[in-house]
Amino acid sequence: MTRYMLKRTIGAVIVMWAVATLVFFMLRIVPGDPIAAMLFDVGDPAAAEEIKEKLGLDKPMYVQYAKWFLLVLQGDLGNSIYGSNIQVNRLIAEAAPRTLSLATLSFIVATMIAIPAGLIAATRKNSNLDHGVTFFAFLGLSMPDFWLAILLIIVFAANLHWLPAIGYVPLSEGFWPWFSHLILPSIAVGTAFSAIVARMIRSAMLEVMKSDFMQVARSKGLRENTLIMIHAFPNALIPVVTVMGIAFALLMSGAVVVENVFSIKGLGRMLIQGILNRDYPVVQGTILIISAIFVFTNLLVDMVYTLIDPRIRYDK
Amino acid sequence: MTELLEIQDLAVEFVTPIGRVQAVNGISYSVAEGEVVAVVGESGSGKSVSAQATLGLIPQPPGKITSGKIRFRGENLLELDDEAIRQVRGQRVAMIFQEPMTSLNPVLSIGRQLTEAMRLHLGLSKAEADARGIELLSLVGIPDPDRRLVQYPHQFSGGMRQRVMIAMALACEPELIIADEPTTALDVTIQAQILELMKDLSARLGVALIIITHNLGVVARYAHRVNVMYAGRIVERGNADAIYGNPAHPYTVGLLNSVPRMDKPRGSPLEPIPGNPPDPANLAPGCAFAPRCRFATERCVQEVPDFVELADGHAAACFEIEAVRREAAE
Repeated sequence: MTRYMLKRTIGAVIVMWAVATLVFFMLRIVPGDPIAAMLFDVGDPAAAEEIKEKLGLDKPMYVQYAKWFLLVLQGDLGNSIYGSNIQVNRLIAEAAPRTLSLATLSFIVATMIAIPAGLIAATRKNSNLDHGVTFFAFLGLSMPDFWLAILLIIVFAANLHWLPAIGYVPLSEGFWPWFSHLILPSIAVGTAFSAIVARMIRSAMLEVMKSDFMQVARSKGLRENTLIMIHAFPNALIPVVTVMGIAFALLMSGAVVVENVFSIKGLGRMLIQGILNRDYPVVQGTILIISAIFVFTNLLVDMVYTLIDPRIRYDK
Repeated sequence: MTELLEIQDLAVEFVTPIGRVQAVNGISYSVAEGEVVAVVGESGSGKSVSAQATLGLIPQPPGKITSGKIRFRGENLLELDDEAIRQVRGQRVAMIFQEPMTSLNPVLSIGRQLTEAMRLHLGLSKAEADARGIELLSLVGIPDPDRRLVQYPHQFSGGMRQRVMIAMALACEPELIIADEPTTALDVTIQAQILELMKDLSARLGVALIIITHNLGVVARYAHRVNVMYAGRIVERGNADAIYGNPAHPYTVGLLNSVPRMDKPRGSPLEPIPGNPPDPANLAPGCAFAPRCRFATERCVQEVPDFVELADGHAAACFEIEAVRREAAE
């Protein structure tokens, strides 16, 4: 296992380097540059030259790349070049916990809805309950999450005053303030996700229930619950875990629209702002972090496989 | 002998997109305590369906048991509710399936799958069940059972998995084991081992055995009584010697002539049965075998023949038994 982990980690680092490099050059190829963004396209050539020199953007691209890369190796993602010159590291340190909190809670909400819904739909195939779950799954899928977000705010924040409408409070200021601010966004983000996973669990379960070994298990006189939870569910989970892993990584890269509705300044929002401002260091830094999240979530998914499926043992 | 299982006039149909398929069409046979009974037939003849019906394992829908009784120690299994039939499964009647490669759950250990029925039906503790599991594994000839118990199915070969399946079937000391094509998926050398093992265990432990197979050769050596099925009906029944040595139904004769036999000279040609089994969704009114039968007459096409008793317990459903016999004598 350790050798496998080492191999995978090296692979992960290479992927992150490739992504970061690609983004570095792509940003500079895309039309529009930070100077134009800062000067609002008013065209003062002298001012533009001055800024360019200050930011090192007058140097050849490979020099810029080498400088940036050396800093990254030292853990320094540079400073934002737009406005306040804040360190990108600091921006990420502020935004990442927000996104992590939202992603984790959304994931929990989604899983808590999806697993029972999927199991019920599969075990009572073609019953009214199954049709009901399917209906809500499609509703959840086709409902834009920002719309659900607004709806939730109107009902639970504006009318009932049960929960705060917007904002984010760090966990360090107490569990409830943190949690109460995240309930509504988590539901908004988690619902669509749960619909996908519930549908996947349903079809995977139906597939597994048809297997020979299920017939064997039934012939042993096992209880229905044992058949479903012990014999069928772990097998159905194998394909579902892949999708859940990808979805978690997607959630981590920011549920941008919902973050905006609830004005949670997470990674997604930071990235979009960075792109609009052509704020190279911010975009590069955020993407580096997001690619790291993707790569390591994948690694985590592979580890989870070994827990579910004894056929997968990586060191053989 | 006391009859352990009596199947009476069982009929099973499936509703499919192409129409109703009569998979089993009024069959009757019985199994005595400790007896080995074979049900022989081609794929699609309804032999497996009749076995699955015994344990209520036919998915309904699309399946439907339209008539008949399955009496187990006098009790009609078809009338039991879900909970009662669950108590019969595994505990009093166990089943061995055709495909050892797919019959074990890949994510659960052999020990878990072997012992769960014992813990549920017999109320054994984990330690007791594990101890008995190890005992069972060595009983079915799996070396190193302590180590094997904690392994997973993918670490077992096909033959070893079928041994595990047999151990699983024996776990709760059932009175009857139904083996549905237990050796079809195995290598020839392993087939004999598995059959010997089943026959031996059945005799030693006094378990009755229904062997479902398409291989009449298997039957001769291991079964006391044989039922030959064709297109959802039993066409000939009798003890193994009678069926093998003195077959009366043209289909049985055809089956015997289409497998190599040691008692015939080397190089003597095999005679396959011409044509294909009938489409079960589209059965003709008469004898289902008539279109492939050399002896068929006008009557065979229109009427379903009844059983003709030939000797003690030996009977065939055919109008032309005399013609078949005459040819065999030549």
